[in-house]
Amino acid sequence: MKARPNSIFHNVDWISIMLYATIVLFGWVNLYAATYTEDSAFVFNLESQHGKQLLWIGIAFFLAITILLSDAHFFSTTAYLFYAVILVLLLVVLSMSAVKGATSWIPIGPFKLQPSEFAKFGTSLALAKYLGSIDIHIRDLRTKVIAFGIILLPAALILLQHDAGSAMVFASFIIPMYRMGLSGKVLIIGFLAILLFVLSLLVNPYLLSGIIVVVAVLYLFLWLNKRTSKIIIRTILVVLLCVVCVISTEFVFEHALEPHQKTRINELLGKIDDPQGIGYNVRQSKIAVGSGGFFGKGFLKGTQTKFNFVPEQETDFIFCTVGEEWGFMGSATLVILYMVLFVRLIKMAERQYSKFASVYGYSVVGILFLHFLINIGMVLGLLPVIGVPLPFFSYGGSSLLAFTALLFVFLRQDASHNIMI
Amino acid sequence: MADSYSNRKTGIIILIIVIGVIFIIRLMQLQIFDEGYKIAADQNALRHVVQYPARGLIYDRNGELLVYNEAVYDIMVIPYQVRSAENFDTLMFCELLDISREDFNERMKKACRYSMQTPSVFIKQISKEAYGALQEKMYKFKGFYSQQRTLRHYPKPIAAHLLGYIGEIDNNELSDSNINSDKYYRQGDYIGKSGLEKSYETVLRGKKGQKITLVDVHNREKGRYENGRYDTVAIAGHNLYSTIDIHLQEYAEQLMTNKRGCVVAIEPSTGEILTLVSAPTYDPNLLVGRVRGNNYKTLSEDIAKPLFNRALMATYPPGSIFKIAQSMIALDEGVITPSTGFPCDKIIGCHGHPSANCVRDAIKMSCNPYFYYTYRRMIQQGVYSNQSRDSHYGLAKWRNYMLKFGFGQRLGVDLPNVSSGYIPDTTFYDKWYNGKWTFSTIYSNSIGQGEVTIIPLQMANLAAIVANRGYYYTPHLVRFYGEDSVRNPNFYKKNKTDISPEYFEIAVAGMYDVVHGAGGTAHRADIPGIDICGKTGTAENRGKDHSVFICFAPKDKPKIAVAVYVENAGAGGVWAATIASLVVEKYLKKNVGRIDVERNCLDAHPCQSLPLKPVGKKHKKQ
Repeated sequence: MKARPNSIFHNVDWISIMLYATIVLFGWVNLYAATYTEDSAFVFNLESQHGKQLLWIGIAFFLAITILLSDAHFFSTTAYLFYAVILVLLLVVLSMSAVKGATSWIPIGPFKLQPSEFAKFGTSLALAKYLGSIDIHIRDLRTKVIAFGIILLPAALILLQHDAGSAMVFASFIIPMYRMGLSGKVLIIGFLAILLFVLSLLVNPYLLSGIIVVVAVLYLFLWLNKRTSKIIIRTILVVLLCVVCVISTEFVFEHALEPHQKTRINELLGKIDDPQGIGYNVRQSKIAVGSGGFFGKGFLKGTQTKFNFVPEQETDFIFCTVGEEWGFMGSATLVILYMVLFVRLIKMAERQYSKFASVYGYSVVGILFLHFLINIGMVLGLLPVIGVPLPFFSYGGSSLLAFTALLFVFLRQDASHNIMI
Repeated sequence: MADSYSNRKTGIIILIIVIGVIFIIRLMQLQIFDEGYKIAADQNALRHVVQYPARGLIYDRNGELLVYNEAVYDIMVIPYQVRSAENFDTLMFCELLDISREDFNERMKKACRYSMQTPSVFIKQISKEAYGALQEKMYKFKGFYSQQRTLRHYPKPIAAHLLGYIGEIDNNELSDSNINSDKYYRQGDYIGKSGLEKSYETVLRGKKGQKITLVDVHNREKGRYENGRYDTVAIAGHNLYSTIDIHLQEYAEQLMTNKRGCVVAIEPSTGEILTLVSAPTYDPNLLVGRVRGNNYKTLSEDIAKPLFNRALMATYPPGSIFKIAQSMIALDEGVITPSTGFPCDKIIGCHGHPSANCVRDAIKMSCNPYFYYTYRRMIQQGVYSNQSRDSHYGLAKWRNYMLKFGFGQRLGVDLPNVSSGYIPDTTFYDKWYNGKWTFSTIYSNSIGQGEVTIIPLQMANLAAIVANRGYYYTPHLVRFYGEDSVRNPNFYKKNKTDISPEYFEIAVAGMYDVVHGAGGTAHRADIPGIDICGKTGTAENRGKDHSVFICFAPKDKPKIAVAVYVENAGAGGVWAATIASLVVEKYLKKNVGRIDVERNCLDAHPCQSLPLKPVGKKHKKQ
């Protein structure tokens, strides 16, 4: 094409970079507000979290440039290597946990490296590499098994660290796989399973089973015109499965989940009401967001924020600060910024000639979107409390660097999308 | 990437947009439509600290301080904040406050019951010294903070009854629309409960202010809200400038030690109350602060009723001092003349003295039959031939006169809970005697017995009326209040008896003779160098007679009118007259010359001890 092929800064998608930079800077401003004290007001104060984050932003900037300047093929060729390194790091963390008790990071000098943050990056690369290979079709069972294996292996290792939030994020790989041709039924079944789980916690399981049976009978005899034995048998199987699920839910809920996870779910479902206990975070975060009103209280004026009423405000609950200090205007704008970024990335993933880049692009969208969904859903009291960071926004070097690498590797791929065959 | 699944792109985009829209709708709901979160955020971070104003001070008539304030501190608690506190060092907290662990739990429970969110008083009235130690460590105790209050303090342990006391507002008062119509008071506020503290509550209390401070999650103060834009300053209460003479009050209280009864002294020319003593009394400092509860209980259980303000609430039979009013009324009504005489024929009991040939002598000798006949002429004026009907007519007329003397009605004094005393009317007797009554049924009223009762303040006011020769100003305790010297116009209105001053001159002369004349009943009230006029009384009752004396001095341009009532102390000429004359002497001469009389009086225990046992009835009046 007419562009100079070797000028990466000419070809790179500046819209995404602007969106990224805006979100990062806005995140830092809110982090500054969330951690502000009279003593730490100085912006470059490295003792303070906002000072440290500024340092991380600088490092992320250099990481982004390095990635953009690197060879486009570098990441596709080394994808499995990245993946292997990640697995090793996750194992290292696990073995350290065995010695020192539950931990999710590896100390490197003054820093704490969180492999789980980078695991998503490595997994994205590996999945893209695998699905991008020639003659791989997701409709093959073998492909599905291997693909799910690539995803579930690191997820399982992370779950063993008792980091359910980070493990859950691996569900986002459903999105690239769906795009590549994974049957939509998988999504529907997954959705129904979640629905059944929630319903059976709310309603008496036997009553629910009865309702399912009644619905199935009505479906068979009133709605269907043609009743083949195949359909009838299949319906009966589905109903049986549902009933088993429903009845076993309570057992699974009681025995498979950890106590804090159970209370978080119960709190969200309104089955327990304890605003001083487990509900405290959510209540305080809703107060913070809600008290912001339309225009917000103004920068550094948020009382919930400034006086630390919301725990973990600089990490998982950072969106509270946006809600309180910038009001509906600021928080809705941020939501829209993310959505624009996601849609933009989808468009870019669609324009890739390389299947690797496309799968990778969808993985990036999926990961970012699921973080966004879980994090803001939690802050707004729509989802249970699950500790995942808001991409580019929450405090934390590992997550910022991992998300930056995740995004910029895709931007690097995209920058050469039209010169690759 | 174009392939057969391209259309799935749209599905994914729709999913993302749907989630985004859900979030934005939720944001609208939280931030725009639900106001509750703003309030909740304010409750979290804003602490409304009530600024209690200093209560107005009370001065005596010469500018000496009767009541002032002292700073103390209430420790307030917000239970839910304490609950969520980490590392709350209960042991240390208890030590600093000097309370036990059990006490702490008990108080905490009470606070929780009141409210988890709203602050309530944890411990009341920590002294300045105790607070000093606590203050430095206060930040460690999340959910607690202090609030400055003031306590009343009395430089001299006197005048408890008239000053009254303040106490925490109770539920009845809180919901009483007369008291709390403007919702000024909240639970835990203080309010005047009796005396001047009650009647001048709105003047003394000032206006509460509030300071809004920001607190963080650890209950540390973080500065002022909006730079204090919404703060209001507490406005101190107005000072009261009372009519009381602190030295005379103190002296009268000393004279009344070991006695039951009261002393009321009024300046006749103004109606200003100089002294108002009810004995037994108590140290007003006892009903202040944390010791109040126990002391109040002790005082209220005392058989001698020290909390009862006898000067305003006790309705006594007036005894012979009532004869002055009787004679004035009869003269004005024209049923007798100044020179009318009646024989002392013992138609009712009397003591040995010659018959009185004029009103003046009758007053001097306090002749019972004389006033029996006088009262009969007043009641049975012969207007109607039917005796009963005639008596109805006479009593109604007589009662109207009596009301003009301030009897049978509340005097409008600026204190709460004042009795009116009782002057019987025709309805009362009709009901009592089924309509069948005549003078002979009610003659005891003639000498201040029977159904007539008056309060000591009215007795002193009677002396003031005579001193003024026929009128009085409403007795009052406050001259003016505040920087603008606000005065009550009601206290400057002359209340006239509408009886000619000439007749009062006869009363004055008679009362002069009581102290100075041959055959007078109260020579012991004579003060060298002072023309004092007085009248004794002895009121019959269960137990030993009450001793009554009213007087004023000097005879011309009187400066003080006094009533003394001593319960169960025998004839009026003895203790009541002695005490009254000492009070007059103290006021007019500043120093009492009659040391022996004074000494004697201070040491005396004349009152029959309680509980009363009836003694043999005498039927003698002086």
